[in-house]
Amino acid sequence: MGAMAPRPLVEVRDLQVSFVSREATVSAVNGVSFTVMPGEVLCIIGESGSGKTVTMRSLLRLHPPRRTVIRGHMRVGDHDILALSERAMNQVRGAVISMVFQEPMTALDPVYTIGDQIAETVIRHEGGSRRAAMARALELLNLVKVPSPERRLRAYPHELSGGLRQRAMIALALSCRPSLLLADEPTTALDATVQIQVLIMLRRLQEEFGMGVIFVTHDLGVAAQIADKVAVMYAGRIIEYGSVADVLLRPAHPYTLGLLSSTVHGQTRDAEIEAIPGSPPDLRALPPGCSFAPRCRFAVPPCTAAFPPTALAGLDHAASCLQIEAVRGAVPAHADA
Amino acid sequence: MSGALVEAPPAADARAQGVPAREAEPATRVRGYWGNVWQRLRYDYATLFFLFVILLIVASAVFAPLLSPFDPNKASMAHRLKPLFYHDNILGTDEQGRDILSRILYGGRTSLLMGIVPVVAATFVGGLFGVVAGYAGGRLNTIIMRSMDVFFAFPSVLLAVAISGSLGGGMVNQLITLTVVLTPPLCRVAETSASQIRSMDFVDAARASGASTVSILLHHVLVNVVSPVLVYASTLVSASILLASGLSFLGLGVSPPTPDWGLMLSTLREAIYVRPIVCAMPGVAILLTSIAFNLVSDGLRQAMDVKA
Amino acid sequence: MNTEAQGAAAPMLDQPADRGGRAQPMLIAQGLKRYFPIRGGLLNRRVAEVKAVDDVSFTVLKGETLGVVGESGCGKSTLARLLMHLLVMDAGSLIFDGDPVGTEQGLSLRDLRRNLQMVFQDSYSSLNPRLPIEESIAYSPRVHGMERGQAKRIARELLQRVGLRPEYFGGRYPHELSGGQKQRVNIARALALNPRMLILDEAVSALDKSVEAQVLNLLGELKREFNLTYMFISHDLHVVQYISDRVMVMYLGQVVEFGPVDTIYAQPRHPYTAALLECRLVVDPAGRIDTPPLVGDPPNPINPPSGCRFRTRCPHAETVCERTVPALGAWNGNTAAHLVACHMAHPGSGHSRAAPAPVVH
Repeated sequence: MGAMAPRPLVEVRDLQVSFVSREATVSAVNGVSFTVMPGEVLCIIGESGSGKTVTMRSLLRLHPPRRTVIRGHMRVGDHDILALSERAMNQVRGAVISMVFQEPMTALDPVYTIGDQIAETVIRHEGGSRRAAMARALELLNLVKVPSPERRLRAYPHELSGGLRQRAMIALALSCRPSLLLADEPTTALDATVQIQVLIMLRRLQEEFGMGVIFVTHDLGVAAQIADKVAVMYAGRIIEYGSVADVLLRPAHPYTLGLLSSTVHGQTRDAEIEAIPGSPPDLRALPPGCSFAPRCRFAVPPCTAAFPPTALAGLDHAASCLQIEAVRGAVPAHADA
Repeated sequence: MSGALVEAPPAADARAQGVPAREAEPATRVRGYWGNVWQRLRYDYATLFFLFVILLIVASAVFAPLLSPFDPNKASMAHRLKPLFYHDNILGTDEQGRDILSRILYGGRTSLLMGIVPVVAATFVGGLFGVVAGYAGGRLNTIIMRSMDVFFAFPSVLLAVAISGSLGGGMVNQLITLTVVLTPPLCRVAETSASQIRSMDFVDAARASGASTVSILLHHVLVNVVSPVLVYASTLVSASILLASGLSFLGLGVSPPTPDWGLMLSTLREAIYVRPIVCAMPGVAILLTSIAFNLVSDGLRQAMDVKA
Repeated sequence: MNTEAQGAAAPMLDQPADRGGRAQPMLIAQGLKRYFPIRGGLLNRRVAEVKAVDDVSFTVLKGETLGVVGESGCGKSTLARLLMHLLVMDAGSLIFDGDPVGTEQGLSLRDLRRNLQMVFQDSYSSLNPRLPIEESIAYSPRVHGMERGQAKRIARELLQRVGLRPEYFGGRYPHELSGGQKQRVNIARALALNPRMLILDEAVSALDKSVEAQVLNLLGELKREFNLTYMFISHDLHVVQYISDRVMVMYLGQVVEFGPVDTIYAQPRHPYTAALLECRLVVDPAGRIDTPPLVGDPPNPINPPSGCRFRTRCPHAETVCERTVPALGAWNGNTAAHLVACHMAHPGSGHSRAAPAPVVH
């Protein structure tokens, strides 16, 4: 893989996003850089307010332009996202990059049938007759394993169950064979038995289509299920990046470690869960230095002076922390690893 | 660990655990909802300007006796239908030679009365019925809302004319007419918002604590219904002024010698080809007032639209 | 009396007395039913009904945490609202600490609410947006006749107890709080009447994982300190395993399995429970699931399948499952602690995987 060094599908460099209002300026993303190779699944893990969704939406330029300041560089395929005209961006949306949302009920148009919505997207981006587009819609519904797809083609979003709606949403997102799929917590609202079906299907489709996928989630279990690479975000920065096994089994950043130990997962019943104390910083007034330092049990004085540089914790595994060694020492040995 | 932001050694004190670092700072002052609304209004200069305009209009009506250059009812056959800036008659005179400016100042009293009193009355009546209907739901809701629908079935002007026609002219009857016309829409707004509140978990929590319906209505429903109703009511002020002017214009409102903007328009109508600008003056007053009220209520809506 | 357990300086309402003794279950629910009518047509006639809770019986023991799990539409939230009497039940009865609820001689609704409170899921609707949070907490003691100043003192102490400094938070409004902070307020509000039992309806589900851990720890502390009994409703099987003593699994308005948490997690007897447990995700990419344990969505509760409601998704379904409704009973004549509603677990049910019927002499 290293020898061929193919060009990454997505390259984001020093992305900064802030939202400006009369009351305050919220720095949601503060210098995020990452790459996604073609056919790779990157999971961005983070809690609410970490900037994971904002980062992903920036790739589609979905933020209200008048109140958002975006800086940095974003490239997807051959498109320089921030340099595109609004018109060119509309061609990119749906065709090159498409997105699956958490709540398909709000993302699908309630007054059109599922078939109409897929066919319309196909016609808009690829042209062709309505009939051919409908045939394609049927094919797509088959692909995402919607039972009795002929009937569902004529169904309105509210007539479908949550799981079927999300499948329809995915079919819509895949309708123009995008090279990059953005997924914003697409399974969070689903029941566990349905969630696993959708995750397995997404993984299979991703391999079939050879798409790059950026998958945003707060659930470490979901990341373990679907990711190749994982980026952990905190207060608008990626604080750890690496392969899914490295990050989840051998975390190098105290926040990742804290997330892992506070995820309820077979702990003994009488012991307290090792929770991270405190809550995330105020994005309107970020402290200098590492934003996690006030909550960190490994923190040393230099942590609050300047944001720690990114340090390698292994091959293709990096963390922004001065205390990687100490964190490594505290990682519980995995019985199954 | 250095820095004042560090709250407490982790896990040392269970009570400190939930206290996030930032709350230790002298955080933003607690303002409360109305405080926040005022904060937003304070920087909304357009709304403040029109609020000032409304205050000016109100003041000019209140102090009409001091401000008016002439007696509004003093006719003069010699000075009929004079143009703008005719001697001391800055806005000219009407078909009976009465000073237009004085009549507009005095007329503001009637018009503002017609704009505000029916809206306040309708807010109380409609709000009460709406909150009860929305919270109770079921059959009571059906009864109240279907009765309101009967009024909704008619265009408001037609309804006002019909009621006014059957009650007869006069100021009190006009107030009653306007109140009846304005009640159903306010009731609908209150009902919609109360029935939304009804389904909120905090209402269930209050019920689960054993609170009575009256207590829940007072403490939980009313406070949440007030702002949408208030915003909507403020948009109705200008509608009410226009409606009142319309009724007066048709001769269904206050009776002739009393100065009233709508009535003035009606009587000056015949002179429209002689002194078009003078004839339009009461209309300008109506326009200015209703625009001011509309814009202020728009600003109010924005200020009250706090995500909370 | 448990007055010494409160550890609070301001006199709270006394915790209601333990009337039935230690062995008396805190709550016995028998045959609870709630059908929601679906109205339609020109005359708004009842065209169908959702059997949201259909003949559910269970007990909650004193001092335990009963976990209730199931997917959306299984009726777990409706069940919570029935127990709180926020919804009227169509049939069934409740016995709280030996006293029948809502009968002449038994416990009045008002008394039940002193004993039993509920924590709602954190959402924008769980707290009144126009009330400062200490007012929200002080509201229920005030409803029960406490004087304003004292109710407020109690509210501030409870805020302190759930980890929010009253001097910073007391006067704040819900929109100024994060999800975790709001959930702490929700818990404080439920404790304001000093109840003996709490129903926690998806109380941590909407929270971030690190916050969820904080709140779960807090719930553990409060349970010991206030001598509480919990009914913990959740769809998260990891969390239910951590917090519960016994578990009740629901599917389409009915209980399919009930028993001690370790038994159920180690040896699920109902295929639905087994599938739910298999769907748990692990934080290890080596433990990826490749084939979904169940296919399809939970069926619509409007027209549930005949016989066993799970049969449409069950890999072991046979004709008997279509014809007869499996009763909730001890499996294979084992102890009555572990109940299952599956033909496979009941000898002589006619299912090919069930043991033969015991020979009657």
